[in-house]
Amino acid sequence: MTDTEVVVVGGGSTGCGVARDLAMRGVDVTLVEQGNLTHGTTGRMHGLLHSGGRYAVSDQSSAQECIAENRVLRDIADHCVEMTGGQFVQLEGDPDEYFEEKLAGCRECGIPVEVLSGQQAREEEPYLTKSVKRAIRVPDGAVDPFRLCVANAASAEEHGARIETHAEVVAVLKNGTQVTGVEVRHDSGPGKREHRRAGERETITADHVVNAAGAWAGQLGEMAGADVAVRPSKGAMVVTNCRQVDTVINRCRPKGDADIVVPHEATAILGTTDVEVDDPEDYPEEQWEVDLLIDELSKLVPILGEARTVRSFWGVRPLYEPPGAATEDPTDITRDYFLLDHADRDDLAGLTTIVGGKFTTYRLMAESVADHVCGKLGVSADCKTADVPLPGSEDFSVLREYMDEFGLRSPVGRRSVQRLGSRADEVLTTDGPNPVLCDCEAVTRAEVRDAIEGSGTDLNAVRIRTRASMGNCQGGFCCHRMAAELHPEYDESQSREALDELFQERWKGQRHALWGEQLSQAALNYALHATTMNRDRDPAEGDGTLDFGRFDSGAPNRPEETEARDGD
Amino acid sequence: MAIEDDVVVVGGGLAGMVAALAAARQGAGVRVLSHADSTLQSASGLVDVLGYPAAAGDRNAVASGRGSEAVGERPAENGVGDGTTENGVGDGTTENGVGDETTENGVGGGTACGPVADPFDAIPDLPERHPYRTVGVETVREALALFDEATGNLYRGGHTDRNALVPTHGGTVKPTARYPATVAEGLASDDRPTLLVGFETVTDFDAPLAADHLRAAGVPFEVRGATVRFPGEFRADAARTRLADALDANERVERVRDGGGRGAGGSYSTTLPARRALAAAVEPHLDGAERVGFPALLGQHETEAVLADLEAELGAAVFEVPTGSPSVPGMRLAGALRRACREAGVRFTTGNPVVNYETTGNGEQDGEIAAVRVDRNGATVPFHAAEFVLATGGLVGKGVDSDRESVREPIFDCHVPHPEDRYDWFADGAFGDHPFARFGVAVDDDLRPLDSAGDATFPNLRAAGAVLGGYDFAAEKSGSGVSLATGLAAGRAAAREVFQ
Ligand SMILES: Cc1cc2nc3c(=O)[nH]c(=O)nc-3n(C[C@H](O)[C@H](O)[C@H](O)COP(=O)(O)OP(=O)(O)OC[C@H]3O[C@@H](n4cnc5c(N)ncnc54)[C@H](O)[C@@H]3O)c2cc1C
Ligand SMILES: Cc1cc2nc3c(=O)[nH]c(=O)nc-3n(C[C@H](O)[C@H](O)[C@H](O)COP(=O)(O)OP(=O)(O)OC[C@H]3O[C@@H](n4cnc5c(N)ncnc54)[C@H](O)[C@@H]3O)c2cc1C
Repeated sequence: MTDTEVVVVGGGSTGCGVARDLAMRGVDVTLVEQGNLTHGTTGRMHGLLHSGGRYAVSDQSSAQECIAENRVLRDIADHCVEMTGGQFVQLEGDPDEYFEEKLAGCRECGIPVEVLSGQQAREEEPYLTKSVKRAIRVPDGAVDPFRLCVANAASAEEHGARIETHAEVVAVLKNGTQVTGVEVRHDSGPGKREHRRAGERETITADHVVNAAGAWAGQLGEMAGADVAVRPSKGAMVVTNCRQVDTVINRCRPKGDADIVVPHEATAILGTTDVEVDDPEDYPEEQWEVDLLIDELSKLVPILGEARTVRSFWGVRPLYEPPGAATEDPTDITRDYFLLDHADRDDLAGLTTIVGGKFTTYRLMAESVADHVCGKLGVSADCKTADVPLPGSEDFSVLREYMDEFGLRSPVGRRSVQRLGSRADEVLTTDGPNPVLCDCEAVTRAEVRDAIEGSGTDLNAVRIRTRASMGNCQGGFCCHRMAAELHPEYDESQSREALDELFQERWKGQRHALWGEQLSQAALNYALHATTMNRDRDPAEGDGTLDFGRFDSGAPNRPEETEARDGD
Repeated sequence: MAIEDDVVVVGGGLAGMVAALAAARQGAGVRVLSHADSTLQSASGLVDVLGYPAAAGDRNAVASGRGSEAVGERPAENGVGDGTTENGVGDGTTENGVGDETTENGVGGGTACGPVADPFDAIPDLPERHPYRTVGVETVREALALFDEATGNLYRGGHTDRNALVPTHGGTVKPTARYPATVAEGLASDDRPTLLVGFETVTDFDAPLAADHLRAAGVPFEVRGATVRFPGEFRADAARTRLADALDANERVERVRDGGGRGAGGSYSTTLPARRALAAAVEPHLDGAERVGFPALLGQHETEAVLADLEAELGAAVFEVPTGSPSVPGMRLAGALRRACREAGVRFTTGNPVVNYETTGNGEQDGEIAAVRVDRNGATVPFHAAEFVLATGGLVGKGVDSDRESVREPIFDCHVPHPEDRYDWFADGAFGDHPFARFGVAVDDDLRPLDSAGDATFPNLRAAGAVLGGYDFAAEKSGSGVSLATGLAAGRAAAREVFQ
């Protein structure tokens, strides 16, 4: 008997998708993830739900997959998707032929398109530059990778899967040429801190192991003795403070850096760059990337040049090349996904690797892995993931009623309900009043408490679930409010530690955006936490030798007050 | 219409108002031009003079086990392993395991160099270019005397040179030199047993958590916390000022009987005046406490009466715990200073920004400043004067501005020294030794801003308050003190020139 039928390594979109698919087919699955869910690339991507337009010239099979999955996700995960629509914009001087090729390519791939004149394009997006010549309208959208990933994991759990975060695979177990499971090391890092103790190791035996470790897939392959040539390639993104565009804006040019702006909730995200790196955990985050994004994209949308930038972040693409390809420029490496059957390939049974691909096609990738694994296990159930909605996505239409019912001000209600989907009722019904804790993103106490139930003292996970502390102030006004919600379930020192960790994390991401208003904001946050709260010199963090007797204990005679005290 | 004054002060925050008051008291005709609310709107209302000795860099090194700060190290070289992450895509992973040590780097502070008990003693040890050194310790004392006199009964702390340790809304204690009278009963060096009271909807102050935190800080008194519902039917997101108004007016509010406040079953009884209803909600939690602390919202105007009523009802001393924005004590202080200025004859012109200036010379940089120009919906109005004080605040107040390339003072384009590379403007730890915290204009001994060559920009322009560089008020706990001392010095010097 093994501990589980299938171990899935990696808690990104791919791994969570695979776990859901297998679990829905009745397979017993355990997913292990070294960090928290979305720790890898999934948590650091651009948030574009591709229509396929981007690949319509260079890679038509990817384009077709994108448009198909784009439609599926709108059905099964409408609480994670905002169908903003998108434009491929041609500026004066951009090649006409490419525009025509793009248009034809989209049509060939079944992507619904419409050509807009420069004027029409600017009517839709008033901040586009005046030098727009024309544009192609496509059904691009914005997708929230975190919600989608968590919804997949939640669905897998509902179908009996075990989802284990902060569990790093340190060895792949083998019996001769048969992979028999993995050994994981549990960590005490942030996360739902109820899992096993830090440093504890656990052997999980399984009939089959799925390597969905993204940019780390090569490292996992190595543990098993298989060569998986992942070529990690980093990309930078810059987040602005408000939504300068309401549709996805793409530059209609042959592939290039810095050519997409995605509206996301209340922000716009500029992306991206493409540079090969050695180590997906350790690579330089460079100033030129930030400058390039702003400079290039303000040619498309000039006010971006003046926009307030709240932070920058980087992700690493898990690009894969079949043996022998040896492409030089990472931008030329295919964006396709690959399923590697190590039994065939390396004479190593019981191990399958899924690598490459895109977030948009995660479900399709998962389906092909699940088909493959079920074949090996002799399970004949069909895939249901394209038809059964993800948790939280049913009932989206009752939004208005929720707003009234919870007495929320409209923007708060709307945002809360959008975030929570069909769980809104359950989460927002509370005994006490439900004040907003994060003003920028309108996140209420009930949502934060609900997220704490799921994530324990990991306030970064609470942040990701709720968006609290992700707006303009980057947590200056609300980190401590979030931490206070941990108390008294968690004690004061745990709450303090969680606050420090969140505040530091918020600080780190801002460092690439520290000029103009965001620098002023940083100075304000610093003052609120260091001056008003004196958190930088907290005597509770010291050695306990503060001599209170050396300080002013009050003026000697305060007649009125003395009287009041004696009065009773 | 030619508008003509002896002294024009640009900026109506603490520094600007004290400069105006000081100049007016010397007989000068003074006008304050101020754009928007000042930093007092979000500052705690405490008047710090100097809480910690200079070297801010010590903060990170002290807490053992925490990496020390590599000042100026570019995050670009640290890679993603250190937890710099994502953003706004709902996204983001959280941390990455590897980043754990760095995550903590510099967040907490230590107290190895603890708070200074006597700020006046410590001032002479500050770096030479610190604003306190420029004006001298006597000026600091005189500024506090002026402050004490101008704020009258509103502030305490003048009876001693020692700093007081005041409980903060986060549950730490902070050294400060002057504190609102409403805070006086709450000092941490007083050993009376204490109850902290928070409100369900006032999310900046979690009383039970703050009480536990104070205990962890080793305070010499017993302390407990309780959370109650603010009496009456207020929206969950009612502003603190709205609650303060209810106490000011002593509005009648409905009160739930049976002490409980939550859920169904509580039967509503009579209405009560807000102050009594509040005391009734707190009463069951008293349990021997001799003083009771509330978040600072005990009235905007009738504060003394609110406190007196609560004390009478509770039979215990009552105090406020200062909070951040919107800060009721900060607003009370702004009001008091403004009254003092008006009484001294200062005129205020508010609501529009000063955008540039006119000189007496021919070329832009020649001669003296003849006027500053205010932008009123696109039209510019000059304000003429003999002397000018720049008190526009720092990065927070908008007196210092930056873009991707540089840091500047926007009105007169005074030189603001700063590292060329913007990645050298900050430290990696949230509480690291941030160069940006010291951004501001450099001045000569008479507070006149210097240009990049080190010469005074204009003979009749002086700078005061947070627009000055060379000190990190957040690390030192010196914000208001520097604004008072340099405000006084600049205002007095301006008046002196007028009468020469
Ligand atoms: C800059 C950038 C922008 C992008 N923008 C878009 C976009 O707009 N639209 C789109 O569709 N796609 C986009 N992508 C692509 C997309 O983000 C990725 O293809 C997708 O998120 C990959 O998901 P994954 O689950 O395969 O990998 P990951 O999310 O990286 O998941 C792999 C997981 O495995 C874990 N792991 C690794 N080693 C171990 C171990 N030993 N033990 C346990 N766990 C381990 C990692 O911690 C990680 O969480 C973008 C990518 C980048 C880099
Ligand atoms: C969050 C926070 C908490 C703090 N807590 C404390 C504390 O507890 N104790 C303490 O001692 N100090 C504290 N400080 C510091 C202290 O409040 C400031 O250092 C001090 O108030 C600065 O005063 P100022 O007059 O120099 O500037 P500001 O208060 O910033 O005032 C500047 C004024 O100039 C105006 N202005 C700016 N540009 C123009 C223009 N172009 N034209 C016209 N007007 C203009 C602004 O509108 C504003 O009214 C805190 C600061 C902050 C930010």
